[in-house]
Amino acid sequence: MKVLIVGGGQVGESIAADLAADHEVTIVDQRSERAEELAYGLDVLTVTGDGTEVDVLEEAGISDAGMVIASTDDDETNIVTCSTAAALSDAITIARIKHTKYLRTWERADRAFGIDYMVCTNLLTAESIVRVVGLPAAIDVDPFAEGCVQMAEFEISPQCPVVEQTIEEADRYDSLTFAAVLRDDEVIIPDGTTVIGAGDRVVVIGSPESVHNFADSLEPDHDSGTDEDVTVFGGSEIGYHVTRILGERGFSPRLIEQDHDRARELAEQLPAAQIMESDATDMEFLEREHVDEADVVIAALESDEKNLLVSLLARRLGADRTVAVIDTPAYVELFEAVGVDVAINPRVVVAEEITRLTQSDKAQNVALIESDKAEVIEIEIDGDSVLSGRPIRESVGDLPDGVVIGAITRDQTFVTPRGDTEIQPGDHVVLFVDADAIAATTAKL
Amino acid sequence: MEPLRVNWRVSLRLLGGVLRWLTVPLALPLGLAVLDGDPLVPFLVPMAITLTAGVGLERLETEKAMYTREAYLMVSLSWLCVGLLGALPFVLAGDGVLATPINAVFESISGITTTGATVINDFAAHSRSILLWRQTIQWLGGLGILVLAISVLSQLSVGGAQLMETESQTQDVHKLTPRISETARLIWWLYAGITLLAAGGLFALGLAGIAPNMDAYNAISHAMTAVATAGFSPQPDSVGAFAPAAQWLIVPFMFIGATNFILLYFFIKGDWGRPFRNEEFRFYVALVVGASVLMTLLLVVDPDVTTSGIEETVRLATFQIVSLLTTTGFATVDFNAWSPAAKHLLFTCMFLGGMAGSTTCSIKLLRWLIILKSFRRDLFTTIHPEAVRPVRLSGRAVDEDTIRDVFSYTMLSLVLFFLGTILVVVDGARIGLGLSEFEALSAAAATFFNIGPAFGIAGPFNSYNPFSDLTKGAMILMMYVGRIEIIPVLVLFTRSFWRS
Repeated sequence: MKVLIVGGGQVGESIAADLAADHEVTIVDQRSERAEELAYGLDVLTVTGDGTEVDVLEEAGISDAGMVIASTDDDETNIVTCSTAAALSDAITIARIKHTKYLRTWERADRAFGIDYMVCTNLLTAESIVRVVGLPAAIDVDPFAEGCVQMAEFEISPQCPVVEQTIEEADRYDSLTFAAVLRDDEVIIPDGTTVIGAGDRVVVIGSPESVHNFADSLEPDHDSGTDEDVTVFGGSEIGYHVTRILGERGFSPRLIEQDHDRARELAEQLPAAQIMESDATDMEFLEREHVDEADVVIAALESDEKNLLVSLLARRLGADRTVAVIDTPAYVELFEAVGVDVAINPRVVVAEEITRLTQSDKAQNVALIESDKAEVIEIEIDGDSVLSGRPIRESVGDLPDGVVIGAITRDQTFVTPRGDTEIQPGDHVVLFVDADAIAATTAKL
Repeated sequence: MEPLRVNWRVSLRLLGGVLRWLTVPLALPLGLAVLDGDPLVPFLVPMAITLTAGVGLERLETEKAMYTREAYLMVSLSWLCVGLLGALPFVLAGDGVLATPINAVFESISGITTTGATVINDFAAHSRSILLWRQTIQWLGGLGILVLAISVLSQLSVGGAQLMETESQTQDVHKLTPRISETARLIWWLYAGITLLAAGGLFALGLAGIAPNMDAYNAISHAMTAVATAGFSPQPDSVGAFAPAAQWLIVPFMFIGATNFILLYFFIKGDWGRPFRNEEFRFYVALVVGASVLMTLLLVVDPDVTTSGIEETVRLATFQIVSLLTTTGFATVDFNAWSPAAKHLLFTCMFLGGMAGSTTCSIKLLRWLIILKSFRRDLFTTIHPEAVRPVRLSGRAVDEDTIRDVFSYTMLSLVLFFLGTILVVVDGARIGLGLSEFEALSAAAATFFNIGPAFGIAGPFNSYNPFSDLTKGAMILMMYVGRIEIIPVLVLFTRSFWRS
């Protein structure tokens, strides 16, 4: 399929990199140097120009494009680009949007602006932050099979009861599969005798309850569920959505916003939350309001540096876990090394979501582990698949190394994969796949 | 000289419309006078005057639309003029105490403001048609305040009145258009319908022999003043003249009269849950039930109150509580004889009032609810000074300016009430009435908050006649100012109202 990506920023580049292998990708960008850079770096064509102009789109080959992805940093540009594309061709249009106001319009009217899929950065970022809250020690959580299955990545701290245990000892949960252990940049596919060490990251796949129970067992002294004391810094749109979703889930979060009018506006819109008007770095205020007792501190202020500062400050005061919104991808690893527990980059989140939308029908859902080390994918099994109609014990031999069957759902119910489980056509299988094995796996299934 | 900034012609022209329509209700006592063979002049003359004045004022040439100032002027003038013209039949009939102009105006203003305070000391001296006019003018006062509250005051933002549920806040705008005339028509049907229901119910009790003295005249009279939460009765012992069943039946109609009529509208339209989603309504129900239970207990332990059984005790407690809390002012017993605790509970109820957007008077529960919630918020922000916590009413955040309005309105009410008390007690001492401070407080509250009966000499089965003309004049002013939410009258006395 021919895919047109308008906007060659970090999001556009990341999507292009994912799609270039299977699709014919053309990137449109206004900056000629950037276009050149992308053309060298990736296996893509580039066109320099404004994506809202008909001439530019035609030059990029809109007439025979199967998909148009508008991924610039500007909402209005993306909307106009998609509308223009919809007027010129039958291509599927995907728009990246920051603000939820456009999303609301789009949700209300069928295919408003001629857009087929609207991907809202702020909302998606908020959702991925919320998934981490409530699961102590989790650094990444993704839902699969319409919420029947959860994938979660946990960081094992030295105090964890599972440290020095083998997988066999740690795996006390029926519907939970230990998919991988990540140790020093290495992906280990564990067997029963693998020993979990402090500092490891463990990827588990299972039913949401079992993932939750496992999370609790990692931090037994910790408040869990809606008792968690969550403090959000910054009433940005992301901060607002995080607080709103947490409120809807029964949490009573605190939100700290400096601007008087914005604080009032948030207080009116968020009855479940406690809004406070203060500077996030006012130590006296933080101590007086016992931010040190917070289980999770979420920094969603306007700049990466402020988020880092607030996270470190909260950490120093004694908050258990810090989650920070980091806009610059290069900072993510750095900030996590300095002491931010979970750094969430809105661009990565939105690129993941757009990639998800562009996947072929078979792979319905994808989550990236540590950016690119591995993927967790959800596949609907048809009759031709090597997995179909055989017990897992037999079929697993035909799969490449580095693949773990994490969970199976049949008619929306969870099936625990065991050696003698027979996978039937129509089942959804959630697989952990090492980056090296991805191409081979997709081919076999 | 600076030009006037108020287009008074618009106000007067609208006043003309009101006066012209006043002719119609005057026909009701006229009809009864024809039947009873009473003199017709007391009604024919006012009819001629209102019709002429009304039509005359309506001919005023003016083109400008009505704005806030014109609305205030029109509202204030309407209540005043209708009150004054309403006194004409009493003066022209010339019976008993009402022959004196000050008494006639007191009675008429007490009527149009749905107060229910009376100067009549001998009900037998007056014809049935004159007494029916008292009832009619109260019913009109109730209708007038409904239209005023729901369509005018709510838009003028008087003391937080904009918070009540009005037609403009509903999703149903295509049916309930925000225009005053449409709202008035809607309210009129609802109000007339509920009154007819009350009259029919009372009359049925009379026909069935359960309340033998409840004839058509009494049924209509009491239905009109119950729904208007007004409280005049052609009987010297008020509702106490009727059988328990009739007394019980009047309770729910007083209750309904003090409910927001827009909520009633939705309830009747089939949205049964709507009143219960309204916080003010829940507060109202809780207060009525709570105060009635407390009063029952007070009566049970009071050795001076002897009743025939628990039914009568509950009935006495519930009726008086509902009557005073909804600012109606009916009575089934002379509560002057009750214990100080019971009297004080009734006195406290005078300051509550029913819901905003109803026929009720006083400070109203909407404002009390906001004040309570705002106090609770202040307690919280004392501990967490940075907390931003809007006061919410039925889930909606209340504007801070509105909260300030509510506080200042309530404060202003209380200040005026205390000033009124001083006048009543000082002037009472001047003519040697021997008023106790509680009697003076209650008389000031009963007039300013438009309740009707007070304690002591102005008790439920007594009359306001012994007060001096000066006090009566002050009370007339208090009833008038208190009824139309103070501010529309007070702004007329500011320079900035008339000049730029």
